[in-house]
Amino acid sequence: MEGFKLTKTQLLQQELFRKFAENEIKPIAKEMDEKEEYSMELVQKLQKCHMFGIPYSKEYGGAGADVLTYTLAMEEVSKVDASTGITLSVHTSLCCPCINEFGTEEQKQRFLRPLVDGTKVGCFGLTEANAGTDAAGVQTTADKDENGDYIINGQKMFTTNSGFADTFIVFALTDKSLGPKGMSAFILDREMEGLSVSENIERMGIRAASNCSVNYENVRVPKDRLLGKEGQGYKIAMTALGGGRIGIGAQSVGIAQGAINEVLKYVKERKQFGKTINKFQNTQFKLAEMQTKVDAARLMVWRAATAKDNHENYAPLAAMCKLFASEVANEVTRGCVQLMGGYGYCREYPVERAMRDAKITEIYEGTSEAMKMIISGSMKV
Amino acid sequence: MKIVVCIKQVPDTTEVKLDPKTNTLIRDGVPSIINPDDKAGIEAALQLKEQTGGTVTVVCMGPPQADVALREALAMGCDDAILLSDRAFGGSDTFATATIIAAGLKTLDFDVIITGRQAIDGDTAQVGPQIAEQLHIPQVSYAEDIKVDGKALIVKRQFEDRYHMIKVQTPCLITALSELAKPRYMTVSGIVDAYEKEVKVLGFEDLKNNFDPANIGLKGSPTNVYKSFTKQAKGAGTVLNVTADEAVQAIMDKLVEKHII
Amino acid sequence: MSKDIYVIAEQRDGKLAKVGKELIGEATKLAADLGEKVVGVVLGSGITEEAKNLYKYGADEVVVVDDPALAIYMTEPYAKALTAVIKECDPNVVLFGATSIGRDLAPRVAGRVHTGLTADCTGLSIIEDEEVGKLLAMTRPAFGGNIMATILCKHHRPQMATVRPGVMAALKKDDSKTGEVKAIKVEFTDADKNVEILEEVKATKKIVDITEAKVLVSGGRGIGGPEGFDMLRECAAELGGEISSSRACVDAGWIESSRQVGQTGKTVRPDLYIACGISGAIQHVAGMESSELVIAINKNDTAAIFGVSDLGIVGDCKVIIPKLTEALKKYNAEKESN
Repeated sequence: MEGFKLTKTQLLQQELFRKFAENEIKPIAKEMDEKEEYSMELVQKLQKCHMFGIPYSKEYGGAGADVLTYTLAMEEVSKVDASTGITLSVHTSLCCPCINEFGTEEQKQRFLRPLVDGTKVGCFGLTEANAGTDAAGVQTTADKDENGDYIINGQKMFTTNSGFADTFIVFALTDKSLGPKGMSAFILDREMEGLSVSENIERMGIRAASNCSVNYENVRVPKDRLLGKEGQGYKIAMTALGGGRIGIGAQSVGIAQGAINEVLKYVKERKQFGKTINKFQNTQFKLAEMQTKVDAARLMVWRAATAKDNHENYAPLAAMCKLFASEVANEVTRGCVQLMGGYGYCREYPVERAMRDAKITEIYEGTSEAMKMIISGSMKV
Repeated sequence: MKIVVCIKQVPDTTEVKLDPKTNTLIRDGVPSIINPDDKAGIEAALQLKEQTGGTVTVVCMGPPQADVALREALAMGCDDAILLSDRAFGGSDTFATATIIAAGLKTLDFDVIITGRQAIDGDTAQVGPQIAEQLHIPQVSYAEDIKVDGKALIVKRQFEDRYHMIKVQTPCLITALSELAKPRYMTVSGIVDAYEKEVKVLGFEDLKNNFDPANIGLKGSPTNVYKSFTKQAKGAGTVLNVTADEAVQAIMDKLVEKHII
Repeated sequence: MSKDIYVIAEQRDGKLAKVGKELIGEATKLAADLGEKVVGVVLGSGITEEAKNLYKYGADEVVVVDDPALAIYMTEPYAKALTAVIKECDPNVVLFGATSIGRDLAPRVAGRVHTGLTADCTGLSIIEDEEVGKLLAMTRPAFGGNIMATILCKHHRPQMATVRPGVMAALKKDDSKTGEVKAIKVEFTDADKNVEILEEVKATKKIVDITEAKVLVSGGRGIGGPEGFDMLRECAAELGGEISSSRACVDAGWIESSRQVGQTGKTVRPDLYIACGISGAIQHVAGMESSELVIAINKNDTAAIFGVSDLGIVGDCKVIIPKLTEALKKYNAEKESN
């Protein structure tokens, strides 16, 4: 991006994402939401387009694009289906960065390559029943055995993608006495003995995404699957989450823009009091307000992404874009349902789904309140 | 196999709307796309390459903005791209266009040329056969399927009421129906690569020995547009409340009047 | 000097196609304006007798190239034959049907004789040009039918066009008319057969996408049930069209969703859209309002569908459609025997 404009490459990428979303995701989004099941065929199509490895180096089989391009993908897919957004996000900006930024060369070749070249899907297991915003409250343990391997025990909650992921990044305490400083990160495979994934958790929104609790019962993890050093787990998790928020910001922008686009079509056709409702100033002003907020949110997302691409300190920018964009997504989708009236509330139109999907953006990968902690912290309040 | 695909960048006519006040075309904001039949041609070419090895070169005649259509073709997997672009080429009809494209193709080594059957803006279906005529090679139009048979191709050629299985020796030209192949998407990495490649631009000076300059551009076009106009906007229709037989007669009259039957 | 209008009357399996008769009908009007003759041209093998029929439809002369090399359509032998006819006869105008043969052959020949060609015309007329005198004005749709363009070919002869089938009207057949057929001899060599036809398969019915259909007969809740679509299907068959549906019928499980027209279905723009028992909710109208001709049948005289229809019929489609199908059958049978 330069001068608030996307480059030619980014524009063409955006067109790919838009066409893909329109043709491949939109037609099945409603059905996936109702069935509460993500389409594995769609995962394969996304992988074929290299959409599971966007901001990763070609050296490791990635697409070689930038973080900004990744936010374009997040926005476009989330316009038609926020569940696809979170599926991509957890893989791309939570699971993969742990290995990309903290893995050894050998680990990158072995574990990152299949994730970013479109062979495998990843997930990220941090949250537990008693460790939400307070991530330091993780109780899952990793005990060293006589060979130096680790035995992991515990239960993770809300692990997105876990229903079908191949690779699991898991955070566990290697030293309970040290609290968060005793946390370490491991790379697990789905096939490992003792790893079991429960049924999908029933939710209000992003219902097509796979989101399960995962049990780890005496899972033996070879020592070459430790990421970084023992005790670095908390730092690894926070680093991943810091970048992930840019993706959630983009997802929020997509949810909001998708709802506005639906409403724009509707208000030109819907007639009340003898004219189409786009002729009423309330409709015009409401849409103007909503679009302005979405544009502001998008610029914040792009700013954070550009900072990350330039290796600048992006963490507070990411927190701000996520805080703002997620609140905009909720406000705008509510407004869109309202503009469409009874039809907006009906399942026939996708705005009610957008409204349900929007809520989670204020919660996951750090709640709005957690964002405010980060932002105020950076302000040295 | 050396495969060349000729593509055209066209306005997405499904997005073209009429201004109800002036009854003129609204072209602002209408996206430009690769002509759909041509895109099927790209896919068919890529599949042929996957079967036989070789290269796919994509050729487009158009203004400099057509560069993006070539980048898209590269991002789908084509190897090289050539843009035939010059002010002198402007205003060409199908004959002159075919003359220019054939001149561009003479700079290349090819076994098969694939073009789309027709473009959605002009809908002429003439440029493909006219390129083949200029290059003195056989053509098979309306191709729905292509198979490789040694150095020859076996093409399923669609007619309204039948199809032919046609064996044609290379070099030859095939015009693709959109049914020929469902185009693949670009890939994210393909787009990154596409912008790292060079799109070769050939203009009048590069091609002047390959055509008669009297046969290109507006002046070299045998046909010209005398006028263009939009169709009259629909008037308010009539609503009849009559007996069933009278209603059927009214419908039949309308169908005859509008040349539907 | 180039003169006369030559109509390339297409034949398949030795039978003249309808479009050639239509073109001869149209050409008689143009020829009158020009003060020239209409010449029918038939290319094929063993087609000389059949070619004489062109006199019955208004041709003033008939020319054939009758050769075994033309038994089955192949681009090169046909292009060679037609080029020979043009070289020998020097026509002013050459018209083709815009069929998959006409649109394959015409550009090849136009390229070879170096003249202009206008594709898929829907209107032909003669205009007076200050510079070159009388010219054929060829009108055709472009930009997906959004715009019409009239094309001239001033300085090259013949003026050539392919004309959309079904647009021009054939003259009433006059069995009393006949005449001699002029045969033009063309030498074919093995090199002309530059392709090999391995197989010919006739009458292959393709699965159509409703967005491609020229005619759609569409049903809504007012057709009464899934069996209502059988009635529509029969009507659509007579019109060479397909059936489609409103969302209500898809939701009710009467028909597959791939045939749904509307905002949550497909957007269609056929030449003819017959809406049967469809109320015309905005969701539906958004998907069909660009149709060329809309005929709506609905029991409710205030149905919104009438607002976007060229012709509205207040009545029960379950009564009207079967009667319409009968009328179409009768019409088609008469046309066939003509």
